[in-house]
Amino acid sequence: MATLKDFRNDVRPNWCPGCGDYAVQAAIQRSLGSLNLEPEQVAIISGIGCSGRISGYFNTFGFHTIHGRSLPVAQGVKLANRDLTVIAAGGDGDGFGIGLGHFMHAARRNMNITYVVMDNQIYGLTKGQHSPTSAFGFKAKTTPAGNIENAISPLQIALAAGVTYLAQGFSHDVNQLTELITKGIQHKGFSLINVFSPCVTYNKVNTYEWYKEHVVPLDQFPDYDPTDKTSAAAKVIATDGLCTGLIYIDNDRPAFDELIPGYLETPIAQQDFHINQDQFDKFMAEFA
Amino acid sequence: MRMLQELSWKVGGQQGEGIDSTGKTFATALNRMGYYIYSYRHFSSRIKGGHTNDRVRISTDRKNSIADELDILLAFDQETINLNAHELKAGGVIVADSKFSPTLPTNVAANVQLFNIPFTKIAEETGAAIMKNMVALGASAYVIGLSPDFCAPVIQKLFGRKSQKIVDQNMAAVHAGYDAMASQNTDFSGFQLAPATPGEHLFMIGNEAVAFGALAAGARVMPAYPITPASDVMEYLIKKLPSVGGVVVQTEDEIAALNMTIGAAYGGARALTATSGPGLALMMEALGLAGMTETPVVIIDTQRGGPSTGLPTKHEQSDMFAALFGNHGEIPKIVLTPSTPEECFYMTVDAFNYAEKYQCPVIILTDLALSLASQSVEKFDFSYVMIDRGNLATAEELAKVEPGKLFKRYELTPDGISPRVFPGQKGGIHHVTGVEHSEVGRPNELTSNHVAMMNKRLNKISGIEMPGSVAYTGDDTPDILIIGTGSSVGAIGEAVARLNRDGVKVAHAQIKALSPFPFNTMQAHMSRAKRVIVAEANATGQLFHLILMNGLHHEAISSFLKYDGTPFMPKEVEAHLRGAVSAWQH
Repeated sequence: MATLKDFRNDVRPNWCPGCGDYAVQAAIQRSLGSLNLEPEQVAIISGIGCSGRISGYFNTFGFHTIHGRSLPVAQGVKLANRDLTVIAAGGDGDGFGIGLGHFMHAARRNMNITYVVMDNQIYGLTKGQHSPTSAFGFKAKTTPAGNIENAISPLQIALAAGVTYLAQGFSHDVNQLTELITKGIQHKGFSLINVFSPCVTYNKVNTYEWYKEHVVPLDQFPDYDPTDKTSAAAKVIATDGLCTGLIYIDNDRPAFDELIPGYLETPIAQQDFHINQDQFDKFMAEFA
Repeated sequence: MRMLQELSWKVGGQQGEGIDSTGKTFATALNRMGYYIYSYRHFSSRIKGGHTNDRVRISTDRKNSIADELDILLAFDQETINLNAHELKAGGVIVADSKFSPTLPTNVAANVQLFNIPFTKIAEETGAAIMKNMVALGASAYVIGLSPDFCAPVIQKLFGRKSQKIVDQNMAAVHAGYDAMASQNTDFSGFQLAPATPGEHLFMIGNEAVAFGALAAGARVMPAYPITPASDVMEYLIKKLPSVGGVVVQTEDEIAALNMTIGAAYGGARALTATSGPGLALMMEALGLAGMTETPVVIIDTQRGGPSTGLPTKHEQSDMFAALFGNHGEIPKIVLTPSTPEECFYMTVDAFNYAEKYQCPVIILTDLALSLASQSVEKFDFSYVMIDRGNLATAEELAKVEPGKLFKRYELTPDGISPRVFPGQKGGIHHVTGVEHSEVGRPNELTSNHVAMMNKRLNKISGIEMPGSVAYTGDDTPDILIIGTGSSVGAIGEAVARLNRDGVKVAHAQIKALSPFPFNTMQAHMSRAKRVIVAEANATGQLFHLILMNGLHHEAISSFLKYDGTPFMPKEVEAHLRGAVSAWQH
């Protein structure tokens, strides 16, 4: 059985020292190592940005796609091979800017895949422009006088889009993050784990210290019920999107994969694609 | 009595009042009798209202084009007469619903006759006004000399599931229409259709042929976004794929459609998407990704009128450059242009094999007339359908990969084609990225690597010519060679035949692959022709320029363009050719 180290490879990430993405990489490796999976059973599909490079930093199948499109590619992989563990990953610009439409539709479609977003509230790879999650008033290269746009709430959007597993983590707490990712992979349906993953180079506001002061761990509310969507939405709003932990889970709604008419247990990738002469003749006769 | 070997019939009215089904019932019934049908619809981008018509050419041998003239026009409103009566030949017939007090316009040919038949009233008397279309079919049958029962098997199939009573009522309406026409006491001997040679043809549109081809070729995943005139491909596969374990996903946009197709193909499925111009534009970045990652995808682009939203329900061939050159950067890409439904089927089968053999995107470029015209089609040959998945790594090769080493998915090989593996295969782990990469797929920006990888990818299809890229007919050393692509094959073919009958040496080359361009074949044909004319349905001569761009020069090459939203008619091509003949003779 594969363990944590089997999911590591020898590539040194091109992230800055101290980048929050290292913790995300470690948490995903720990999750995979705990799930009784072999490396070849996992496909990690990433977008573009600093965090988008993450698919190259595991000993698994990996596909580094194009900006904003990790989710459509990931869903295609899952359709072709339902036995694979498919994880999509990228940053806040990738997922909530250019890829926002795909994110909402992936949530509503509810395929059995996991989406990990490394949210640092800045564009890092292009060297410091504001992002869709940058706060109002935030100063960046593209907002020298302060951001005059509001930040979007990925958590509210996820709930509105019908997400069936919603969690938020913080790179400072790898143990919690590992648990949230593990549960997300185990969840039968689309899971989003949004991770506060600080950019130590370009975001001098939303630092590790800032997040430590501002995040609101949900485990401090013993009565919090993550199966109650109304209280999940209320908590997200009340904490200004800064709550961490498992925010919402819907265990009742079947995943897309389980609802596809005629979809077989055997993954498409392993099927014989030939149709026989009888089937062919039957299909053709319909055109007479 | 001399009987007609072909006849052209049109039905028109407001969109949403059953014009389509009238035409389809008529055409399907005649196709079953062994006639050849070519049926082309005029419609607008709205659900209800607006003029629509269906023009059906019936012939005793195969035609791939609408006819030059109309024999019979069935009209459910005055607008239909006003818009279409000028197409009638001298002595042609209009049969119209007397309900709207039809009148004959002035711009018609000599001796056009108008018959007012109470379609609606007769339908009401036999059951319901909705059956006025059946009354019209009965009237048509009388004019062309068929039994009113010609459509009985089709009516039975259409309504048999509802109830026998509905079938009987509809047939009664057909008979009543037939009798009403008979009571006009008019001699229709000039409209009698020669008997068909009994034979079974399929009756379908090009989109259905493409979709059936994909099904037979083993396509099992189709992500797509609805768009006219491509949606039929998705709609057919939504009905059929579940029976073979496949799936169609209606995506949020065309960007998702192609990216999901790429994911599915990478994941081990045979996958396709289908779209039209605006969607093709949105797919360009993903197209580059497919080329860069050597992922085999098949994209159907059904060209329609552009630019922008353009003429969504009209014919044009203006996506050639977009398909060939629309993506940024340089990738290998195969672009096929079938000209008949048969070719739509067989070339779609080929497309999946090419995509996996050459590990690159394949675009099948159809045009609206080919996508949507309903045609009689020869039965498809099952034995043609072979599935060749190309270079897949064997278990032995995978076993040889040392632990901790990555599989060389992009191994530099003499022909540029590397072994493929799918996620899930032990020993096959490698990386895939749209960034320039090494043999194992890891980012690599070295100049030498980039040149090697560019050459690897581009060389896969350079210098090759796909079988059947050009169909050539006519004299080996013609005075004129006319070149076309796509659905114009019928109109050009008929025009060429007419000139040949008059002793003019005209040959015809229909191009069925734009990339890789069939340079050698076309060079041979063009070098033997005195003059070359390139006919295409766009305003800038994309095929003409593509020929020149590929280095094929000719001292007397010219462009023949049509971009009014309608396909070439045989007489238009004929007139152009005759004009070219008289120009050089004077």
